[in-house]
Amino acid sequence: MSKGNTIVAEGLRKRYGDLWAVDGVSFTVGEGEFFGILGPNGAGKTTTLEIIEGLRKPDEGSVRLFGEQPWPRNPKLLPRIGVQLQASSFFEKLTAREQLETFASLYGVSTGTAADMLELVGLTDKADTRENKLSGGQRQRLSIACALAHDPDIVFLDEPTAALDPQARRNLWDVLRAIKDRGKTIVYTTHYLDEAEILCDRTAIMDKGKILAMDAPATLVRGLDAPTHVMIERGIIALDDAKSLAGVEEASDDGVSLRLSTRHPGKLLSTLAERGALEGLQVRGATLEDVFLELTGREYRA
Amino acid sequence: MTAFKSLSVAMFKGFFRERVALFFTFLMPLMFLVIFGLIFGGASSSKTKIDVVGDGPVLTALNSTGIVEFQRVDSFDTAVQAVRSGDVPAAISVQGNKVELRYAASDSVQAGTVQAVIRSVVDAVNIKASGKPPTVTLNSQQVEDSSLSAIQYLTPGILSWGLATSAIFGSALTLVNWRKKQVLRRIRLAPVSTGTVISSRLLVTIGTSVLQAILFVAVAMTPVFGLKLAGQWWLALPLLVLGSLSFFSIGVLVGSIAKSEEAATGITNVIVLPMAFLSGTFFPLQNAPQWLQTVSEVLPLRHLNDGMVDVLVRGKGIEALGVPALVLLAFTIVVGFAASRVFSWEDS
Ligand SMILES: Nc1ncnc2c1ncn2[C@@H]1O[C@H](COP(=O)(O)OP(=O)(O)OP(=O)(O)O)[C@@H](O)[C@H]1O
Ligand SMILES: [Mg+2]
Repeated sequence: MSKGNTIVAEGLRKRYGDLWAVDGVSFTVGEGEFFGILGPNGAGKTTTLEIIEGLRKPDEGSVRLFGEQPWPRNPKLLPRIGVQLQASSFFEKLTAREQLETFASLYGVSTGTAADMLELVGLTDKADTRENKLSGGQRQRLSIACALAHDPDIVFLDEPTAALDPQARRNLWDVLRAIKDRGKTIVYTTHYLDEAEILCDRTAIMDKGKILAMDAPATLVRGLDAPTHVMIERGIIALDDAKSLAGVEEASDDGVSLRLSTRHPGKLLSTLAERGALEGLQVRGATLEDVFLELTGREYRA
Repeated sequence: MTAFKSLSVAMFKGFFRERVALFFTFLMPLMFLVIFGLIFGGASSSKTKIDVVGDGPVLTALNSTGIVEFQRVDSFDTAVQAVRSGDVPAAISVQGNKVELRYAASDSVQAGTVQAVIRSVVDAVNIKASGKPPTVTLNSQQVEDSSLSAIQYLTPGILSWGLATSAIFGSALTLVNWRKKQVLRRIRLAPVSTGTVISSRLLVTIGTSVLQAILFVAVAMTPVFGLKLAGQWWLALPLLVLGSLSFFSIGVLVGSIAKSEEAATGITNVIVLPMAFLSGTFFPLQNAPQWLQTVSEVLPLRHLNDGMVDVLVRGKGIEALGVPALVLLAFTIVVGFAASRVFSWEDS
C-alpha cells in the first residue's frame, strides 16, 4: 500500500439475504483527511463503516487499516481507532463524566482526559447528568467525546449530526473541525449534502450499496454540467422578458423572487447589471444535491 | 483504573441505580423473611423420626415424650440398614425388657439427642420397676420462645433464594441491556478481553451476595426474629461465592437468550420460584413426597440451601461443604459451557 493511506478498501461486498447492502465499494482515505460518505437511508453507509472498523466481515473484498486487517478482531488496531456507532451506546445509568471515564479506562487511559473531552464538546456543565437525561444533541456530542476519549488516530462517526437542530449542527461542525485540527483522520457519514460540502476534504456519494462518485465536493459540483441559479427581486423585469435574456435556460417566479437558470452566469450577470436589475441579487451554484440528481436521476431525499 | 475495575464499577452503579434490581435483590427477600418469620413464628420444631421394631413399656414411655416420631418396620435388620444408609438417625428394637438401639454417629447432634432421650426413658422405667422413689427429681422447662426454630431455617433459605434471584437477574439484565444499547459491541472495539467483561460481572454478583447475606442475617438476628448463628457461620462465605458462581452462569445463559429486560425478568422468575419451593427455601422438605425430594437433588439451590442451613444454624463443620461445593461447581461448568455457546455480542 502507498504510504500515507490510512484506509485502503477494495471491492467490499456484503450481503443480507438477497440484498447486497454493500456492493463493490473501493476507496482510500489519507492520513489526516476528513472523508465523508453521503447517501440516503439504506445506502450501505453504516455497513461499510462497520466493515472497516472490523465489526463485520465482508463477504468479498479486503480492507487495510494502518496496513492491518481489521477482521477478525485485531487488538493491535483497536487503540488506534475511535468509533461512534449510529445508535449511541452508553452504559446504563451512568453520568456523562462516568461514561467518558469508563470508556477511557477500557483503553488504559487516565481519567484526566474526561474533563478535557467534555470541554471539547461543550458538555462541561452536564458532567454529572445521567445519560438518559441528556438531549438528543447532547447525547450525540457525548458519544463523539467517548469515541475520542483514548486519543485515537482515526475516528469513525456514523451520522453524528443526525436529528440535531440547525444551531446544534453548526456547533457540532466546530467540534468536528477541532478534531481535524488535532490531526486526526475522520471518516463520517451523513444525509446532509450541504454539510458534506462544508466539512469534507473528499466525499463519496453512495446509493444502493455502490459509490456513485467520489472527489472533493467542489470538484464533484464543478464536474457537473449543472446550471447556476440567479435570483433577483421580482417585478424588476417581467417574467417573459427574463426568459428571453441571453443564456437563460429557465425562468420562474416563486412569488418572492425571480429565479433564472443559466450555464453562463458571467454573461447573464453583466446583462442584468446593464439593465440595472440587480436588486436583491443572489447567486447559487450547483450543489451536491444537483450531483445526486444527476447521478441517480432522482431527487435527493435525506 | 484498569478495565476490569472500571467495568466492575460501571456494572455496580448500573445495577444499584436500578430500582427494579434493588427490589428483587433486597426488598423482596426481606419482605419474605419478615412475613414468613412472623407467620411461622409459633411453629414448633419437627420431631426426629426413628425406626421401631417390637413393643413394650419403654416404647410407650418413649412415645409420650413427644420428642421422637415412630416409623414401624418389620425387622430390626432392615431398620439397622436404614440407619447405615443414613435414612433415619436411629433404630430401636424392644422385645419385652430387652432394648436394642443403633444410631448413626455421622449426625452427632441427632445421635446425641436420641441416645439421651432413650437412656432417660429406660432409666425411668427401671426406677419405676424397682419400686423406690427417685433420689433426685428433675423439673425441666423450655425457656426460649419456640419461634427460634422457624427463623433458623428461614434465614438460610431466603438468603439462598435471594442470592439466586439477584445473581441470575442482575447478570442477565446487564447483558441484555448492554447488548441492546450496543455497549457490548462498543466494548468489543476496545482492547478488552471477554474474560475481563465476564469476570467483572462475576465480581459484582459476588459482592451483591455478600451484601445480601449481611443485610438478611442482621435483620434476622434482631430480637424480633432472634436468629442464633452457629459458631462456624463464616463457613457460609465459600458457599456464597460458589452459589453466586453457579447462579451467575444461569444469568449469563438467560442474558444470552433474552432479547429484552422484561423477558429476562420473566425467565428469571420462571426459573427461580419453582426451584425455591422445590429446594425447601421457604418450607422444610422433610414432609414432601420422596420423588419430589429426589427431583430437588439436582437443583443447585437445594444444595446451596442445605449447605447454608448446615453451617449457619446446624453448627456443622467444613465437611458439610463437600457435596454442595461439588454440585455447585459442576453446575457452573455445565451451564457456563452452554452459555458460552449461545452468547453473542450483538443482536443479529
Ligand atoms: N444486520 C442486518 N441484517 C439484515 N439487513 C441489514 C442489516 N444491516 C443492514 N441491513 C440492510 O442493509 C442495507 C444497508 O444498511 P445500512 O445500515 O448500511 O444503511 P445506511 O446507509 O447506514 O442507512 P441509514 O442512513 O438509514 O443509516 C439496508 O437495506 C438494511 O436494511
Ligand atoms: Mg446508517
